[in-house]
Amino acid sequence: MSGGGITPSDRFEKAVKLTLADGQMRANLRHATTTIRRKRQRAQDEVPDWQELRDRAARMKDDAHARLPELLIQLEERVQDAGGRVHWARDAAEAREIVAAIAAGYGLNRVVKVKSMTTDEIELNDFLASRGIAAVETDLAELICQLAGDRPSHILVPAIHRNRREIQELFRRTLGADLPTDNPAELAEAARLHLRRTFLAAEMAVSGANFAVAETGTVAVVESEGNGRMCLTLPRVLATVMGVEKVFPLWSDVELMLRLLPRSSTAERMNPYTSFWTGVRPGDGPQEFHLILLDNGRSRVLADPSTRETLRCIRCSACLNVCPVYERAGGHAYGSVYPGPIGAILTPQLLGMEHGEANSLPGASSLCGACLEVCPVKIDIPRILVELRAKAGVKPAESAGLKAAAWAMASPRRFEAAIRWARRGRGLAPLLPGPLSGWLQGRDLPEMPARSFREEWRRSR
Amino acid sequence: MRVQLFVTCLNDAVFPKVGLATARVLEAVGCRVEFDERQVCCGQMHLNSGDEASGRDLAVRMAEVFAEAEAVVSPSGSCVAMARHFWPKLAGDTGRIAAQKTFELSEFLTHRLAQGLGRGWTPEFAGRVAWHSSCHGRRGLGLLDQPKALLRQVRGLELLEIESEDQCCGFGGTFSVKNPDVSLAMMDDKLDALEATGAEWITGTDSSCLMHLAGGLSRRGSRLKTIHLAEILAGGAD
Ligand code: SF4
Repeated sequence: MSGGGITPSDRFEKAVKLTLADGQMRANLRHATTTIRRKRQRAQDEVPDWQELRDRAARMKDDAHARLPELLIQLEERVQDAGGRVHWARDAAEAREIVAAIAAGYGLNRVVKVKSMTTDEIELNDFLASRGIAAVETDLAELICQLAGDRPSHILVPAIHRNRREIQELFRRTLGADLPTDNPAELAEAARLHLRRTFLAAEMAVSGANFAVAETGTVAVVESEGNGRMCLTLPRVLATVMGVEKVFPLWSDVELMLRLLPRSSTAERMNPYTSFWTGVRPGDGPQEFHLILLDNGRSRVLADPSTRETLRCIRCSACLNVCPVYERAGGHAYGSVYPGPIGAILTPQLLGMEHGEANSLPGASSLCGACLEVCPVKIDIPRILVELRAKAGVKPAESAGLKAAAWAMASPRRFEAAIRWARRGRGLAPLLPGPLSGWLQGRDLPEMPARSFREEWRRSR
Repeated sequence: MRVQLFVTCLNDAVFPKVGLATARVLEAVGCRVEFDERQVCCGQMHLNSGDEASGRDLAVRMAEVFAEAEAVVSPSGSCVAMARHFWPKLAGDTGRIAAQKTFELSEFLTHRLAQGLGRGWTPEFAGRVAWHSSCHGRRGLGLLDQPKALLRQVRGLELLEIESEDQCCGFGGTFSVKNPDVSLAMMDDKLDALEATGAEWITGTDSSCLMHLAGGLSRRGSRLKTIHLAEILAGGAD
């Protein structure tokens, strides 16, 4: 079941117990993220004005979001002028229905897919299957997830939790490939042979989009493998599902994004394939183009000025690769196709902070700040995590502890009394409210000193 | 110069030696150290735990205590980062005024020594020491090489480099008790890296991270010990 949606079925602190126990996955992840981290840093260091570019990109995104309704209508007009059709989807269910109806309208029971977070978000593949339409993933890592029945665990590298040997086994079993070794070139070749047949027979493709340009009606997909280019040019019908936050006013805006995105995501100066298309062109590429504009909670995110910068995200995955929590927990613990730091702030906002499982995600961070340091559009993820913790509300037991601590700390005299109490009970309760068992699970408590600092100070001065 | 010691609630209750050592270091570089007993907690724990109202109340109280000081110095990168980045928001003008004169110890010392003050300060500490870089000092205050440069001036001290210095140790305040599984997984990797240096001591700017690491070391039965930077700069543990 490739796809996966954004609705966690467990709270993070519970889900993580399972994923942390998977030693193989942790080793795979550690290896992969350590490598990409180093490469990304080198790619960033090559650009002398990197920090200014980030500032500009953040401003550009904010400006576009400030006039989103106007830009989306302009985009719709331009796409229609160029022979495309535009559909508006309030939520995942509407978007899925639209795509299924398009396929059914042409009498098709098979579509090829360009890797896309948005279609994973709306769980398109499973839905199409339920309507008798097979969706075939063509990105190598998405294909691996699909064949293995795994949920993707990373935005850019959905099969990051798998290693070469596991993939060799999988391809032998599912593709009947003759693979004597786990040499990456041979693994890729097996996938290529399998996919080539798929591309040539495909009549409809489904994609996401990295950007759209309102003034021209152009849509863009950035990718590495060329499977996207195949899907975007060979089939007769193309349906693109795009989150409404992806639109820019000007063609020239895309240039900056193309400088930031590849270096941040794959640590490349330039990604191998960037496809732009504007509606349809007779005799060249798809002859039917449908653009589905997806809201699915984005308007809600946009409505809150304190956290709306979340929507600047260009899904580069740099924040995942540097996140120490993601590196240990793995993507599956987040229960959403958006894992890691961006997932911890995006998923609960898309679902609404009252969602009892998703609202545990802002707690999945030590607030170390590594994500903000690398984010190309400068989303202040640590600050937003803290804002969302407040919005999620504190559980009654914990709230009582926090309130008691705050009461003690609001007066130096009460604080001293609390310290004496802690000294007798050998507990840190006034300083670290929350379950003491959590601390003791793997750590001893410090010895309490005979006198507090203020007592020492009074004695010595 | 008159300096208000911002000792932090954790040092006050659990690590008084760190506060005393900070005062000794500040005096060694020619400051007159005062301690305003009205201070308690900067408000960070409450803010980060989702209790913004309490966090604000505590931050306002602290900002009021420190707004009148000439300078405020604290042996905690994390609490100073809280003051600098959040007091202005939580405590308005008073918060801004207090935040502007609040410095982390190594930050303050670096500045003072660069001005040629504190010439008589000649710390000594015999031992192999690994530096643990706390995230809030590193990313919130830009403390990268300053603390290490100070340690290199300590006679008898051998400074050891650790693999992946920029990785979080997994403390994260109440994260450590609310998400203990991930917190401990992060701690274990950090302890492995620290033990691999062959150091006898781990030092850092924050008692909170050090308390977390020490708790893990004790559970492991390791011989590696933690010591706050202030204690080393004051001439060693007493
Ligand atoms: S939040 Fe920033 S770093 Fe993370 S995926 Fe989005 S753009 Fe990239």
